[in-house]
Amino acid sequence: MRTDPTAGVARVVGRGLITVLLLAFALFFVLPMVWLLLTSTKSPADLIHGNPLSPGSIGSLVTNWQHLMSFQDGAVLTWMTNSVVYSALSVALTLLVGIPAGYAMALMRFKGRRLLLIVTLVVMLMPATALVLPIFLELSYLGLVNKMASVVLPMSFFPFGVYLTYIYFSTSVPGELLDAARLDGCSESATFFRVALPLAKPVVALVAFFSFVNNWNNFFLPYVMLPNSGNYPMQVGLTQMLAATPTFNPVVGANAEVQPPELVLATLVSIAPVLLVFLFSQRFLVAGLTAGATKG
Amino acid sequence: MSVSAAHARGRSGPWRPAAGHVFVSGYVVLLITFGVAPTVYALYLAFTDGDGRFAGIANFIRTAQDYRFLSAVGHVATYLVLWLVTLTVLVLVLALVVHRLTSRWSRAALRFVYYVPGALAGASSVLLWLFMLDPSVSPVDGLVRSLWGGTLVQVIAPGHLPWIFTVIAFWTGAGGWIVVMYGALNSIPHTVIEAAKVDGAGPVKTAWRVQLPMLRKWIVYMLILSLAAGTQLFVEPQLVSQASFGVVGTDYSLNQLAYLYAFDQNDFNGSAAIAMDLLIVALCCAGLFVAKGGLFDAD
Repeated sequence: MRTDPTAGVARVVGRGLITVLLLAFALFFVLPMVWLLLTSTKSPADLIHGNPLSPGSIGSLVTNWQHLMSFQDGAVLTWMTNSVVYSALSVALTLLVGIPAGYAMALMRFKGRRLLLIVTLVVMLMPATALVLPIFLELSYLGLVNKMASVVLPMSFFPFGVYLTYIYFSTSVPGELLDAARLDGCSESATFFRVALPLAKPVVALVAFFSFVNNWNNFFLPYVMLPNSGNYPMQVGLTQMLAATPTFNPVVGANAEVQPPELVLATLVSIAPVLLVFLFSQRFLVAGLTAGATKG
Repeated sequence: MSVSAAHARGRSGPWRPAAGHVFVSGYVVLLITFGVAPTVYALYLAFTDGDGRFAGIANFIRTAQDYRFLSAVGHVATYLVLWLVTLTVLVLVLALVVHRLTSRWSRAALRFVYYVPGALAGASSVLLWLFMLDPSVSPVDGLVRSLWGGTLVQVIAPGHLPWIFTVIAFWTGAGGWIVVMYGALNSIPHTVIEAAKVDGAGPVKTAWRVQLPMLRKWIVYMLILSLAAGTQLFVEPQLVSQASFGVVGTDYSLNQLAYLYAFDQNDFNGSAAIAMDLLIVALCCAGLFVAKGGLFDAD
């Protein structure tokens, strides 16, 4: 069987098909990003008449940028600042609270552990509206609606992160290692900080990363909590720009405040911080996920 | 990690039994404030009327009889089926295939390329895809025209939306899961794979019999999260509705309908009832996955 020439042919054909499959998906994932970068350098006329995948000019990019920055007296800058502040604060809180919790749920025995896991899972599945609307009522009772806390606090509750930490510790860190530390006289907190946490760097990075991306892209919560345009994060701000773009709102017509390439540039700006975090952390994230303590 | 330093701190005997509780305390506070309390409140709202009197299932019946309800259920269900099936099959196939590549460089490059669109989610990705789907500016206008029609409004007709949302969700979300699955594949000991090879298993058999069963926890995790995200469809139809100039209503998904009940009709009870419907469905599916996936094994 092994030396049968048809098997060799089949293998070559198989390889070819696999290559085509991988490249087709690579194209699917990459093409929209390339288009986004190219189109932000185009004038509105270039966008309609030029080749979709040709570059524009630096001049058009500068013009687009200037128009974007002057939109509603610099609203874009305010929205971006808001996004950064909301996301960063929430990530810090999430890590502070979530990593010890996931660790304890995976590797410590205590009353209510199973209940906590089940509740976490149930809450993870709660539809956003089901939670956001009662939270809205809760926070408006406390007078926090339209304040920063009304998005930062709910966003720092990140059960996905706790769950991810739980899975990591329960699958990738051997319990014996921690038992050994305890036998050596480490207190629970020393075991956590000196033994578990150094092993958990990949999952800490992963949780920080997911929670940052999640917070940055969160739309529904700020959409409900922050009615003032001055408090919008960028994602909610984008929808205001969409409403002012003629392609997607014929009513605004020729006097449109936002031309399509400017909206494209706004989209690019809105993702730039996440993209940067992606580029800088991808080595770490990709390499580190499960290459933890139990290297087989 | 120095053992002697740990010795010096001594045993902290008295609080030891409760150490786990100390570790989870901060999380529990957030869980109660932003998870449990709102859930209980939503339950209360769903079963009472505007004056706080017990209403039985009246809110559920009233919202279910709304002419917009069934069509929204259909939209979300169609989307979920398409999305979960495509996601699971393609993510696993791509992760397995990339994992088997011999060239280290192409493994890393492909993972990165698949992963980058994950930076775009929510409103940004929908905006980008509105451009991708607008035949007048799209770089793949030929494909879009032949599949869905010659103008943006034709393309984003309600019948096409489950497919379009699946494409958007796959584009932004699949790469992250491919990386997660790839990492999990890496953590399978080489000896196990070698043993399968010695036993005469080819790549397909190894994947099916050895690798996929060992990824079970991760697959279940992916399905639960994607299901939860999928039932909550909101920003995608909201923006598409805005861009379609009224062709797609703002009541396309159940979440949008719940939003309309709360903030348009000032009917928080009806809104909570719809949210509960979503929760029940999500819980049933999740329960099924958990039962099959052994997620609560403490090991």
